Amino acid sequence: MSALRLGTVLATGVLLGCLVYWGWPAKPARAASLKPDGERHAAPDFALKDADGKTVRLSDYKGKVVLLDFWATYCGPCKIEIPWFMDFERKHKDQGFSVLGVSMDDDGWDAVKPFVNDVGINYRIMVGNDSTADMFGGIEALPTTFLIDRDGKIAAVHVGLTSKSDFENAIEQLLQTPAHSAGGRGRVSLPAELVGAR
Amino acid sequence: MGACLCLPSLWAQGNQYLTAEASQKLVVKRGASAEAKIAVSVQPGFHVNSNTPSDAYLIPLKLTWVPDGALEPGAVVFPKPQLEKYEFSDKPLSVFTGDFELTAKFKAPASASHGPGIMLGKLRYQACNNNSCFPPKTVEVRLSYQVQ
Repeated sequence: MSALRLGTVLATGVLLGCLVYWGWPAKPARAASLKPDGERHAAPDFALKDADGKTVRLSDYKGKVVLLDFWATYCGPCKIEIPWFMDFERKHKDQGFSVLGVSMDDDGWDAVKPFVNDVGINYRIMVGNDSTADMFGGIEALPTTFLIDRDGKIAAVHVGLTSKSDFENAIEQLLQTPAHSAGGRGRVSLPAELVGAR
Repeated sequence: MGACLCLPSLWAQGNQYLTAEASQKLVVKRGASAEAKIAVSVQPGFHVNSNTPSDAYLIPLKLTWVPDGALEPGAVVFPKPQLEKYEFSDKPLSVFTGDFELTAKFKAPASASHGPGIMLGKLRYQACNNNSCFPPKTVEVRLSYQVQ
């Protein structure tokens, strides 16, 4: 082996050693529950009324990270997660983050309003229906929670009770990622019957 | 979009988490009362709220009968509920799991016609497992009877 070649091998070894010791200059690790960018699909837009009768469209939240929670007042696991979501809303609302809750209670606002008042939920709640559920793949198990990135794409789906840290890690990761495109939401046409449902 | 949204649809709208059927034909004399046993079986890993749930927001197990003009439905007797602690609840919940039996009482009026008939019952329940709950559902119970 020539001196030049020996020098090249040694230099490469030293460089590799430094990289291993100080770490690869790589992108930050993706939260375990988040899909890679290329596997994300646009979240369906919807329009539902909130407790004040105002129409809430998912497309209104373009550019924000959204935690969309399908829940019900009779759902025990949902009641574990709701205080976490209130905490996330408080902590991250100024960073471009919102929680939206869609109740799937058959009794609509008669069941939902007292619960929302009892618990003091600090984020927007709407009452959904079968059409809303169908748009998101036919939701049956509650809670089902979607994390939507700033581009309006579904970055994660959690079915059933999930750990608070999983949500927290994923939200923080999504908040650090800027939107890639000018348009994200609103690409799916809105079925008229969803407006003012119940 | 379908690929990323398929997970929730694993729980199709038509899924039932319990079965219920009348254990045997009910035979009742005119002017008399009789009891029918309804065998209920909750899928393993699931529970349903009892008829007296622990929380006002929970949906109770409820059996109702569609009047057919022949038999008069009476009280439904439920077994003693189990008090079970789940990961998602601070306190034990009043539930039913596994196999149990309901007793449905009926009376045949003195004016009832002799002969066979079928009473249609509707058992409404709301099921959960350890980390998810499912919208309330109703199963039909068909009870064959004979008025003597």
